[in-house]
Amino acid sequence: MSIDLSQFHQIFYEESFEGLDSMESCLLEIDCDDADLESINTIFRAAHSIKGSSGTFGFADVADFTHVLETLLDQVRDGSRKLQPDHVDLLLQSVDCLRAMLGQLQAGETVTTGHSTELIAAFNAILDGKEPVSGAASITEGTSDTGASGSDGGSGDSSADEDVSEGESTWQIHFIPDVNVLRTGNEPVRMFRELQELGTLSVTAILENVPGFGAIHPEECHLGWDLILDTTASRAVIEEVFEWVVDESVLAIDELAGMFAPLDETPDGTQSQSPTVADVVIEEQSGEVVAETSSATVQPMITTEAVKEESSPGGKAKTKAVEATSIRVGTDKIDSLVNLVGELVITQSMLGQLGEEFDMSHVAKLQEGLAQLEHNTRELQESVMRIRMLPISFSFSRFPRMVRDLSKQLEKKIDLVLIGEQTELDKTVMEKIGDPLVHLVRNSLDHGLEKPAERIAAGKSDTGTVTLNAFHQGGNIIIEITDDGAGLNKDKIRKKAVENGLVGEKEALSDDQINDLIFKPGFSTADSVTDVSGRGVGMDVVRRNIQELNGTIEVRSEEGKGSVFTIRLPLTLAILDGQLIQLGEQKYIIPLVSIVESLQPELDDINHVAGGCDVFRLRDDYIPIIKLWEIFSVEPVTTDLTKSLLVVLESGSEKVALVVDDLLGQQQVVIKSMESNYKKVEGVSGATILGDGTVSLILDISDMVRMAGVFHKDSKVVQMKDRHKAA
Amino acid sequence: MASTEQQSVESIEEKLDNSKISEEENLEQYLTFLMAEEEYGVDILSVQEIRGWESVTPVPNSPKHVKGVINLRGTIVPIIDLRAKFNLDAIDYGPLTVVIVLKVALGTVERVMGIVVDAVSDVYGLSLEDMQTAPDLGDHINTNYIQGLAGVDEKMIVVLDIDALLANDMRSQAANVSVH
Repeated sequence: MSIDLSQFHQIFYEESFEGLDSMESCLLEIDCDDADLESINTIFRAAHSIKGSSGTFGFADVADFTHVLETLLDQVRDGSRKLQPDHVDLLLQSVDCLRAMLGQLQAGETVTTGHSTELIAAFNAILDGKEPVSGAASITEGTSDTGASGSDGGSGDSSADEDVSEGESTWQIHFIPDVNVLRTGNEPVRMFRELQELGTLSVTAILENVPGFGAIHPEECHLGWDLILDTTASRAVIEEVFEWVVDESVLAIDELAGMFAPLDETPDGTQSQSPTVADVVIEEQSGEVVAETSSATVQPMITTEAVKEESSPGGKAKTKAVEATSIRVGTDKIDSLVNLVGELVITQSMLGQLGEEFDMSHVAKLQEGLAQLEHNTRELQESVMRIRMLPISFSFSRFPRMVRDLSKQLEKKIDLVLIGEQTELDKTVMEKIGDPLVHLVRNSLDHGLEKPAERIAAGKSDTGTVTLNAFHQGGNIIIEITDDGAGLNKDKIRKKAVENGLVGEKEALSDDQINDLIFKPGFSTADSVTDVSGRGVGMDVVRRNIQELNGTIEVRSEEGKGSVFTIRLPLTLAILDGQLIQLGEQKYIIPLVSIVESLQPELDDINHVAGGCDVFRLRDDYIPIIKLWEIFSVEPVTTDLTKSLLVVLESGSEKVALVVDDLLGQQQVVIKSMESNYKKVEGVSGATILGDGTVSLILDISDMVRMAGVFHKDSKVVQMKDRHKAA
Repeated sequence: MASTEQQSVESIEEKLDNSKISEEENLEQYLTFLMAEEEYGVDILSVQEIRGWESVTPVPNSPKHVKGVINLRGTIVPIIDLRAKFNLDAIDYGPLTVVIVLKVALGTVERVMGIVVDAVSDVYGLSLEDMQTAPDLGDHINTNYIQGLAGVDEKMIVVLDIDALLANDMRSQAANVSVH
């Protein structure tokens, strides 16, 4: 009986990816002149265990590749070879390559071995004592398009190499298994599935040997099959599928001539040739497209069907979906959950007992019990939410490698400082913040930091520093990306904005307003489009992504000294502390985090500014008043401001005062999406269900401010006038 | 032996084909409802449930026919007044006023929406052949959302294409993204 190994595959992938991560981080830290034995051991162990388990699971390509890695590492470990910077580079490339290979395996695709074969050759050259002088260059080029080699298939098995053919080939497989094949635990259907993963499979059953109905034994197999398989895989790969049954079965594997076998039989041979060539060309092109997309990370995935079907990005997307299904949770979190559930059960039984023989004398006890229940529920809720929280190091960990690669590419000296890696963040927020962060860091490296010569000329040290800092503040998580580079060039931004018609030529703008212009769509001041950034798809996408998470992004910059990008995100997307307010007959929720204070205004403090905008004097500040009934067209109880309440809100760095009829209670609300069944409503970020079962809308403060138009100079007057006319 | 087995497979396939044909002959079920003395029909497979009218939470700045949203067992469901959508005179909601909760396909996504109608009428089996295409009512009147007209017992039923009717109300306006 063979064990179904596939149930362990998921664990294998997770462990291998973790191993690769630790290999990568060790490789990045390693100092070649003074190599730390412990890190080398860690790298060796990771490679070794990937080799071992991939061998066990029959992923020969991965095992063979890691074997070469391991050989080199073993020599370094026992001191017979000194670690060179070249080796580290090569090892890092191998980590990428392995990751891609494992990703393909996980997505159920055929592994492409073009890149790994190159790397194996480079490793062998080192092991043979020849430094790969010419090889290194070609391999460095190869790294940018891992997976571009979609057209060449087959296994890295050197014995199989001669069988590797360009493009697809058609195999005819004649397979009649032994009668007892099912008893030995080999299920033909599973083999066919495996074959199907290699390419297109058509199956015809051979029924000749099937006995009469009375003679059929359910555990015996009398069937045989003729299979036609179109695949890029080599003979060895196909044979491997039948490895366990080949001894007892009749098995014949024949290659039909080429992909267009039926056409070959026609006398016109040229016709059958040309499509094959065209096909290969298309595949190569799609490979190039892939390479481009992967270098421009933040850009949306190209959705050409050819790319999706043929090459790795489709596979990568799939892999992501698979990864998202599991989460590792610390045992302490689980323990605290178990404890809390225990307490909840105790409270429940206490209340149950109370209910059985209830009379008015027990009211105090009942109240006590309910209070305890509330306490338990809240704690339970918090613990459950904590399960979804992951340290932000998951997101940060990719940056050391990125900075290392980019610093070479851009010829800049860069130090990366990571602070607050243990700050916890909701998993969904984390997944969505990854790309914007990458983009911001790339921007800082490319545009922010200057080349060493320029830095020295500006009186700075030649090494630039980029700092990523994450910390909690109130109910938010703040991520700061700081660089000590050139800062934003305000004149250039202004000029560009005037060119694009974003601002008028003579408009007076504060420094912050100018800086804010970089978040406008289509804005890029990069003189030339580089590989890294400057494509004009950029900061507006970053801001939009962050706004989708209910977060904000701001930039502060000083010319010549550097810039700070500050991202402010809510800790979680599912629950928020809300203030219930009344307006006319409607109840709305304001996120508690944005409320500064609430007060009853005096008539003296309210001023009417020309154009119809009311401002309110809060101590020394004048803040604009937003009348919710105007933007939401709701009938209020009173339009007399002195009889209503003002809620002072903070939106970004600006303050506004919202007029409401009454303040009701504060409560935690579960955010429900309006978009799942309806559409995005302006000024509303979502909805929630109140205790009485009715729906209440959650106000989106920044959206509301935008609707009221108080911070948009040109639109303000017109909009407010219109509203007044309407009112 | 092999031949008998193949035969049995063929006979099963034949039965399957037959069942397909008989399915086609089967009448499709439509739920009908009344509105301003007219009877309208919707495919019963798209009906999730029928509820009495209950108060809704209005959505600010929504079109007149969008009454608001309700809580349907934890999900937020928009409610659309079909009278207002069809530009019929508004009437006060009474005890017969019902909300038909429908599953509407928008592209590949399925959404749940409620429509307010005067009263629920009946369930009829209608065959596609009995249904006539909506007459061309000129440029001013959009008949896209009418799947067809069917006659039952001297009455005419306007069969609505729910997906076409409600799709517009669910699409976010691209114009929302304003560029200053």
